[in-house]
Amino acid sequence: MNEHIDLRDMSQTKRDPLIHLENTDLMPLPAPLDSPEKDHAWAALSQQAKDKYECGLDDTCALNLPQPKTPEEEKQLVGKFLSGLEKLFTKENNWTFLQPLLLTMEHCTGCQTCSEACHIFEASGRNELYRPTYRSEILRRLYFKFVKGGGLVSAWQHGDIELNWPLVARLAELSYRCNLCRRCAQTCPIGCDNGLVAHDLRKLFSMEMGINSKECHDNGSMLQLKVGSSTGMNAAVVKDNIAFIDEDTSEKTGIEVRTPWDVEGADVLLIHNAGEIMAWPENPGAFAVILNQAGISWTMSSELCGYDSINYGLWYDDAQFARVAIKHAQAAQKLKVKKIVLGECGHAHKALSVIADRVLGGELNIPRESGLTFLRDIVKSGKIKFDPSRNNFPVTMHDPCNLVRLMGVVEPQREIVRELCPQFREMEPHGVNNYCCGGGSGFAIMQGNNFPDWRFHVSGRKKMEQVLNAFSDCLAPEIPKYLCAPCSNCKGQFRDMLAYYGLWDSNRILYGGLVELMVNAMVDVKPGFIDWDWH
Amino acid sequence: MTLIVYIAIYAGLLIFLIGCVRRVRQYARTPIHLRWELYPVPHEAPDRVAHGGSYFETGDWWTKPQHSNHIGELRVMIPEMLFLKGLWEFNRRLWVPSFLFHFGLYLLIGAIVLVGFGAGFPLLVPSLATSGFWIVLAGVYHIMAYAGATISVAGALLLFLRRATDPALKNYTKPADFFNLVFFIVAFGLVAAGYFARSPQSAGVGDVARGLLRFDRTLHVNPLFGLGVILSSALAAYIPFTHMSHFIAKYFTYHAVRWDDRPNVRGGSIESAVAEYLTYRPTWSAAHVGADGKKNWLDVATTNPAQEVRK
Repeated sequence: MNEHIDLRDMSQTKRDPLIHLENTDLMPLPAPLDSPEKDHAWAALSQQAKDKYECGLDDTCALNLPQPKTPEEEKQLVGKFLSGLEKLFTKENNWTFLQPLLLTMEHCTGCQTCSEACHIFEASGRNELYRPTYRSEILRRLYFKFVKGGGLVSAWQHGDIELNWPLVARLAELSYRCNLCRRCAQTCPIGCDNGLVAHDLRKLFSMEMGINSKECHDNGSMLQLKVGSSTGMNAAVVKDNIAFIDEDTSEKTGIEVRTPWDVEGADVLLIHNAGEIMAWPENPGAFAVILNQAGISWTMSSELCGYDSINYGLWYDDAQFARVAIKHAQAAQKLKVKKIVLGECGHAHKALSVIADRVLGGELNIPRESGLTFLRDIVKSGKIKFDPSRNNFPVTMHDPCNLVRLMGVVEPQREIVRELCPQFREMEPHGVNNYCCGGGSGFAIMQGNNFPDWRFHVSGRKKMEQVLNAFSDCLAPEIPKYLCAPCSNCKGQFRDMLAYYGLWDSNRILYGGLVELMVNAMVDVKPGFIDWDWH
Repeated sequence: MTLIVYIAIYAGLLIFLIGCVRRVRQYARTPIHLRWELYPVPHEAPDRVAHGGSYFETGDWWTKPQHSNHIGELRVMIPEMLFLKGLWEFNRRLWVPSFLFHFGLYLLIGAIVLVGFGAGFPLLVPSLATSGFWIVLAGVYHIMAYAGATISVAGALLLFLRRATDPALKNYTKPADFFNLVFFIVAFGLVAAGYFARSPQSAGVGDVARGLLRFDRTLHVNPLFGLGVILSSALAAYIPFTHMSHFIAKYFTYHAVRWDDRPNVRGGSIESAVAEYLTYRPTWSAAHVGADGKKNWLDVATTNPAQEVRK
C-alpha cells in the first residue's frame, strides 16, 4: 500500500511504521523478474525487534535503536539531539562540511527535480518517505526552528515541525535509507545536496549521540582501528591469507606469484579492500599477477590499517574517517613509497583520494592513484600480452558511484574492457549518470534484522533493472555473462542480490572485478582464470 | 507620492545590496570544506569533460600540469543562468513556468540597467543628450520592460498553480512560497498596469530615473505605477533574506562545492587553512570521538579510540 504521508507524520507518537510496502507497490522489473507475485515475500521484522527497538519508520530497522524506558529518558535524548543539531552548524565541530550544508539548508526551493533522479524513491513506487527532500526538509525545518531562532515568521517562511523523540528516532533510521550516491545533487538546479544531508545527519547521530550502524562502527571502523582491518584480520592473519592466495593463484595461472610485504622504497603501496582477501581472493591474486608481470616495484603493508583500504567513517563519522585516512597515509610514509595505489574499492578511492585530500597535509600528503588508472596504463604500455578472444562472452560494467560521479574515474576501466572484452556493452545510463548498486554507504554490509530484504527490494532494484536490460539479448542460461563491478562494496551487493533472485542459476549472470577479466585474457596465463561457478 | 517612490527605490536598492553582501560574506567566511565535488566538472580538460572524467584518470596526475578550462565553465554557466538548462534536462514540466519567470526577470533587470544608463549618461555628458540614440534606447527598454513584466508575471502565475496543485510540490510548499509569488505578481502587475494606463502628463520611466538622480520632486507619477515601483523596491529589499537569493548560493554551490577539485598541495593555501581548522576544539559528546573540550581536531584525528579502550 502506498500511503500518503506528510512531514508531520514523523512526529507521530504511535510506534507503528509510517509506511508498509508490498511487492506490487514497487517499480516493475524486466524479465525474468517481471512478476511481482513470484517475487520473494519480504521477511517481516521480528516481534522481538519491534518490542525492543525503534522500528517506527518503515518495514525494516537498520540501527537497532533501543526504545527509551521513561519519558525522562526520551526528553534527555531529544536534548542530546538538539545539542548535536546546534554543533552541526558550528565551524568548530563541522568545519569539514559546514559551507555546503548551510547552502543546502537555506536555498532549496522544493522543486523536486532531485526526486526524479533518486533510485530509491523510484524503486519504492515513489513512496513519499523515500523522496530525497523528505529527510532534508525535516532537517531544514529543525535548523530554522532551533538553530536560527524559529518564531512565527520563521515558521511561516520555512515551515514548522514538532520535535519529539519519535521524530528523532525516525530521522536516525531515515538517514540510513539513502545510499549517499548524490545522483540527486547532480540534478539540483540550485546545487543543494540531499546526500550531504543524510551524511551529516548520520554524523550528528554518531558523533553526538553514539548512534550508528553496528556494522559500520563497532564491526567496522572501530575493529579496523583495533586490529587493522574491519574483517578482523590482524597483520599475521592477512599475511597468511595472502600467502595462501599466492599459492593458489600460482597453481591456477601457471605463473609463480609472490606478494611483496613491507618493501621500503617500493614505487607503489597497493592497498586492497581487505574484504577482497576474505571473500574474493582471486582479485588480490590477479592484482599480484598483473603487477609482477608488468615489472612494477610494489609492496603491501602490514601496518595497522595499511592492508585494508576501507574507511567506513566516510559514511557516518568525521573523526573515524580522519583517523583511518591518517593510518593509511602513515603506512605509506613509513615505507617511503612514491605513491599509494588503491585496489578495486570505490569508497576507499573516494575516501583517500578525494575526501581525505585536505586532511592529509605535509609529509602525509603522499600521492594517491586509482588502481583503474594504473591498470589502464599497464594495458596500454604493452608490457603484458592479452588475448581478447578468451573474454568472448557478454560483459557489462557497473560504475561505482564513488569512482565515477564522485571522483571522475570513468574511462580507464572502459578502455580496458573495450580492449579486452569483445562483447562489452554499456548499461544505460552509465558513467557519471550511473545508478548506485543499492549497497552504497554501508548498506551492502548491513545485515541486521530484515534490512537485506529492504535493500534487495528497494535500494538495489534500479540497478537490477539495469543489469537485466544490459543482458536482455542474451538472458538464456546457455550464455554465461559477466557483470564487472570494480568495487568490493558493489560486489557484495551483487553477490547477495544475484543470489537472492537466483540469477546465476536461472540466467548465468556472474559478477566479478576488473582484474579477473584482465588475467583471464593474459596470454601467459593458463586459460580459464575466471571460474564460471557461483561463489 | 514622488518622494515616497524615490525613497523606496533608494532604500530597496540599499537593503538589497546590504543583504546580498551579508549573504556572500556568510558563505565566503565559512571554512574551506573537505572536497565534495560532483562530476562532470566543466573546467577539466575538454577531452575529459565529454564523459565527466577528472585528472584522476591520468597516471601520476600530480606530476602533470593542471587544466583550467574556463571556457568549459562558461559553456555550462551561461546556458544554466540564461535558460535554466538543468531544469530543462531534469524537470521539463517545471522548466516552462520557471524559465518564463526567470527570463522575464532578466529582461526587467536589463531594462532597469538601460533606463539607468539612459538617465545617467546624458547627465554626465549633456552634449549627447539630444542624440537619436536615446530615443532608440528608450524604445528598447520599454519593450524589454513590458515583455519582462508580462513574461515574469505569467511565469509566477504558473508557478503558483503548480505549487497549489502538484502533490509533489504541495508537501514542501510553505505559506511564504505562495506569498513570494503573489508579491511578484502584484508588484510587477501594478508597475505594468500603472505604466500602461498612465496619463500623458505622468512621468515615464526615463523621467522617473532622471528625477531619481536629481531628486526632482515636481514630477507627477501615476499612483498605480508608483505603488508598483514601491512594492517592487520592497521586493528587492526582501529577496536577499529569503531562499530566493539562490543566485548568490549558486555561485558557491557550483564553484566552491561541485566544481572545487583543487588538490591540496604541500605548503599551499589549502594546507595552511586546514592547519588552522585543526586547532579548533570540537565538543561532540559521543565517547569514541574523545572531544573533551581540550583536544583539538588534530588531537582527535590522531587518537585511536580502539587502542585507548584496550589500554
